[in-house]
Amino acid sequence: MAEPARPAQALNRNAGRILVFVYGVLAFAATGRASFELATKFDKAPVPYGLSVLAALVYIVATWALATDRRRVALPAVCFELAGVLAVGIGSLVWSSDFPEASVWSDFGVGYGYVPLVLPVLGLLWLWRTRPR
Amino acid sequence: MGLIQWVLGITCAVALVVVLVQIARDVPASNAVDGILALTEVVVLVQLVAGLFAVGDAPASVSKAVYVGYLVGAVLVLPVGWLWSQAERSRSGLGVLVVAVLVIPFLILRLHQIWPGHG
Repeated sequence: MAEPARPAQALNRNAGRILVFVYGVLAFAATGRASFELATKFDKAPVPYGLSVLAALVYIVATWALATDRRRVALPAVCFELAGVLAVGIGSLVWSSDFPEASVWSDFGVGYGYVPLVLPVLGLLWLWRTRPR
Repeated sequence: MGLIQWVLGITCAVALVVVLVQIARDVPASNAVDGILALTEVVVLVQLVAGLFAVGDAPASVSKAVYVGYLVGAVLVLPVGWLWSQAERSRSGLGVLVVAVLVIPFLILRLHQIWPGHG
């Protein structure tokens, strides 16, 4: 027998409350870091530091989308972060000299307790669990 | 680490225990939680003021902007976490507070790395 359709659950309730807060902390950290790099040493390595700014912006978007229950914005933002942390993490392993402390994503986010690696995975799991079905 | 950081570490540890006990008992956040968080925030503010006074004497190797950034960031964590937790007076709201009181010691460690022997 088919289960009755269930609407999507709010992204910002229950465990989502904690998820949003951790996203917010990371968004704040990434923004602080990117602003500092932009203000003091952007000319030295525009590409990594540009990436850092992009990472910060996407964390802000993801935090906002999760906090305000915007599923269609949250999903691509969280996927982008997962792709970013994996790409930059692998990149910093392979070409370590070209990745000078680039962003919160360097070395899979080791400087932030691997939170940048774990968080998008938890985000995707949460989007999946709360989906309409 | 200085006296302020030790006191802050202790109040964070006490806050963590109080919040975890509430979670284990599955009761909403109580006055005890709000009290210990408020006390912790006072110590964070003391750290900010002391840090702002001290940072002028920091050696050139210390990035003052980053140091002040961490000091100011630390001040925001508990109030924002507390406000965010208010909409959900349950285990999840308390979970937000757990994260908030864990972030503070992490920031203390970073301050210590930025200015070794001082922050």
